Amino acid sequence: MAQLNSAIPPGPLADKWNTHKANLKLVNPVNKRKYKVIVVGAGLAGASVAATMAELGYKVDCVVFHDSPRRAHSIAAQGGINAAKNYQNDGDCVYRLFYDTVKGGDYRSREANVHRLAEVSVNIIDQCVAQGVPFAREYGGLLDNCSFGGAQVSRTFYVRGQTGQQLLLGAYSALSKMIGSGGVVMHNNCEMLELVLVDGQAKGIVVRDLISGEVTRHAGDAVVLATGGYGNVFHLSTYARNSNGTAAWRAYKKGACFANPCYTQIHPTCIPVSGDYQSKLTLMSESLRNDGRIWVPKKAEDCGKDPSTILEEDRDYYLERIYPSFGNLAPRDVSSRAAKRMCDEGRGVGPTKLGVYLDCGDAINRLGADKVRARYGNLFDIYKEITDESAYETPMRIFPAVHYTMGGLWVDYNLMSNIPGLFVLGEANFSDHGANRLGASALMQGLADGYFVVPYTIANYLATQKPGSAPSADDAVFKEAAAKVDETTQRLLNTKGKETGSYFHKRLGKIMWDHCGLARTKEGLEEALKIIPELREEFWANVHVSGSADSLNQALEKAGRVADFLELGELMCRDALTREESCGSHFREEYQYPDGECKRDDENYAHVAAWEYQGEGNTPKRNVEDLTYETVKMSVRSYK
Amino acid sequence: MVADTSSTKNISVTLRVWRQNGPSVEGKFVDYKATDLNPNMSFLEMLDVVNDEIERKGEEPIAFAHDCREGICGTCSLVIDGKPHGPHEGVASCQTYVRSFKDGDVIVVEPYRAKPFPVQKDLITDRAAFDQIQQAGGFVSVRTGSACDANAIPIPKEDADLAMDAAACIGCGACVAACKNASAMLFVGAKVSQYALLPQGQPERDKRVLNMVAKMDELGFGNCTNQYECSAACPKTISHDFIARMNSDYLKASFRSAFTAKSSV
Ligand SMILES: Cc1cc2nc3c(=O)[nH]c(=O)nc-3n(C[C@H](O)[C@H](O)[C@H](O)COP(=O)(O)OP(=O)(O)OC[C@H]3O[C@@H](n4cnc5c(N)ncnc54)[C@H](O)[C@@H]3O)c2cc1C
Ligand code: FES
Repeated sequence: MAQLNSAIPPGPLADKWNTHKANLKLVNPVNKRKYKVIVVGAGLAGASVAATMAELGYKVDCVVFHDSPRRAHSIAAQGGINAAKNYQNDGDCVYRLFYDTVKGGDYRSREANVHRLAEVSVNIIDQCVAQGVPFAREYGGLLDNCSFGGAQVSRTFYVRGQTGQQLLLGAYSALSKMIGSGGVVMHNNCEMLELVLVDGQAKGIVVRDLISGEVTRHAGDAVVLATGGYGNVFHLSTYARNSNGTAAWRAYKKGACFANPCYTQIHPTCIPVSGDYQSKLTLMSESLRNDGRIWVPKKAEDCGKDPSTILEEDRDYYLERIYPSFGNLAPRDVSSRAAKRMCDEGRGVGPTKLGVYLDCGDAINRLGADKVRARYGNLFDIYKEITDESAYETPMRIFPAVHYTMGGLWVDYNLMSNIPGLFVLGEANFSDHGANRLGASALMQGLADGYFVVPYTIANYLATQKPGSAPSADDAVFKEAAAKVDETTQRLLNTKGKETGSYFHKRLGKIMWDHCGLARTKEGLEEALKIIPELREEFWANVHVSGSADSLNQALEKAGRVADFLELGELMCRDALTREESCGSHFREEYQYPDGECKRDDENYAHVAAWEYQGEGNTPKRNVEDLTYETVKMSVRSYK
Repeated sequence: MVADTSSTKNISVTLRVWRQNGPSVEGKFVDYKATDLNPNMSFLEMLDVVNDEIERKGEEPIAFAHDCREGICGTCSLVIDGKPHGPHEGVASCQTYVRSFKDGDVIVVEPYRAKPFPVQKDLITDRAAFDQIQQAGGFVSVRTGSACDANAIPIPKEDADLAMDAAACIGCGACVAACKNASAMLFVGAKVSQYALLPQGQPERDKRVLNMVAKMDELGFGNCTNQYECSAACPKTISHDFIARMNSDYLKASFRSAFTAKSSV
């Protein structure tokens, strides 16, 4: 059975991280270059950790499936990054950012981790500015801030609507410097398909070169996964098309616990689905909610009308009505569910009736179109491209879409999984956002983990390993792992069925959206647990993958990822079924207050569910890490 | 999820697609019919649909690069009817929609044709050269943890905004593909200018421009002959003014480097 020791340091919350840093073991500078760390992923979390570790003198191998580190999914983040700088003098502080994050996560995250995140948030902004990230500025030359996603202070730093791009390019520039100087050996176009354990510790990986098809083995002293989230299990989402859960899933099958897999964030402001051919959903940054007002017609019969003809008194600004103190800025889970309720009542708009209006009309009248263009021009452009409608003239239509996964591999305070030597960072771990993530906090977490946490904490592990004791990639375990990869590839190619990987992905996505999406029920989840294994069986009997193993083969890549999603989806449903409460993004219809809000059960579910693989065909084991709140008082999370 | 029922008429087109099974084999154009297309479908979604049919026939789908499908990752890289990223200015291939074409059109789809970006398969090219240029100097050397407070150095808003105009580059390589000389001056000029406009970029300003330009030349990118096809093809409409900025920086840096103490080279 997995040992889940959260390794939270003793002492008062605000001192834990400093005390811990002072107590961590160090690796002597001469010995650093004798350790090789394998970093999988080069999004914000991976690029920042790879660059920093190399600067410290460790040997770093970095592996990504993208053709360049600059293309990681982090590039697409639009809105901003939080930091408790209090530059606006509006009462922000580390404690407030910490508290907001814990509350936003509906009291399902670990206090100590979140406090550390809030503490190091301030260093992130300093670091990025020093790298030349061109953050938005005021006329006086100081950094500008906005309030974002459910915060009542202005603590979000941003770069137009391209914050993720600029932060990633900052981390990529640091990584590029270390690649150029030989500190990091970069492997682009390489997909990790196995984690290799030696004596129960993570010591290497097996990858497939996506261009040549060659399968190679890599050994080191520790493995760092920064492989992003798994939201594409739903097929349609705001994720980049190639984002997937394979790295985390293969680690799970080697014994790493998967924590809270059912916590999926569904973002309220995305462009609605328009057809079956649809390949992805596009986010309209929720920064729009600062100036946009969300509404649906009061009367169902008005829903088909041109919105400009619907009188003010016939509009229901439902977020402002239901949540007067937060209004249009109510957190994501709350806003998404409210949108669904409006559509369930028959008041949805647009051709599919699965949409609500996000109306910037008032802001345009108040500030003028130019000012609105300066703030949101690129978002309005994206909207126009996709829908062929101008949001300067008519309100946008939006609907919730899958956006982020709070669940992920279980890690302790040091961000090490229950497999010694396996560290997990960024969206791939579960640690900081509880059951719901606040806007602008993922970028913060990725960079916190990569620049400021793991470079310290990994030394504590490495110091216990003899320098130069890394295994050889020619050892039998590595060869066995590589043989396993070949076997799966051959199985996919040799099934020679009739349907494509995408076909199964779409079907899985629909099951997940219907039964494990915005609202979940016992019956629905039980149904999903019945049909997902059937679909998986059908996949392995009837999938068709053309091409060969030894060349660039996108159909093969796709099918491999879908095969893992077909297993991961089942675990998500199992997790959702066994969490008999509603919290944050996890909404079980059976557990709600009369007004439709989440009914948490702190007595029985104030814990992390960390699932442990028990072998093919066996039900995984649900381990539990209790969450104890020493500082924050758990209360009903109200935004009214 | 329900399909769109909007009234705009569906269209059918012929796609004339470059198929090439690997870097060292010859390629050729192959025609594919794409029928009954919803005008709101994206160009890449149309390729998905065509690929689905190809796969169902047991053949290999058309390989094309893509990821974010919203114009920011720089992965997509199609040449559509002779134009990198297709008919519209200021968008990437993934932001091109079927509504830009007419019923019955024959649309030619090719990979980038530029020597420094060799074809890997079908429509996919190898753009690693851009990473190498970046590694030669596209950074500010700042060790993690050594930065001063972010507001310690105020930066005029105009400078920060202009730096961001340059920094908006998505590294897709369309500038190179559009240029008859396969010049990378817009890509390099944008990176050099971003840092040159900011105080953080000053200490390494000369070294950066000299090293990045040297690397660009070494990798076989051509010269700029001021046609500015690059800016016209750029999905982020990055201005060719940044090329002029870089040229001026390069001249000054070359001049200064002639007088630099040998010990600091
Ligand atoms: C549209 C959109 C907008 C967003 N906006 C914001 C925002 O405004 N603010 C905010 O805070 N957050 C935002 N987020 C969330 C945030 O962008 C992500 O959570 C975050 O960037 C994830 O970073 P990461 O480093 O963990 O992973 P990623 O950026 O996803 O990087 C994953 C890396 O792992 C590699 N990889 C994965 N699997 C493998 C494998 N098997 N083998 C080899 N390599 C592999 C990939 O190549 C890549 O380099 C947004 C998300 C989306 C979808
Ligand atoms: S797919 Fe990312 S820019 Fe086109």
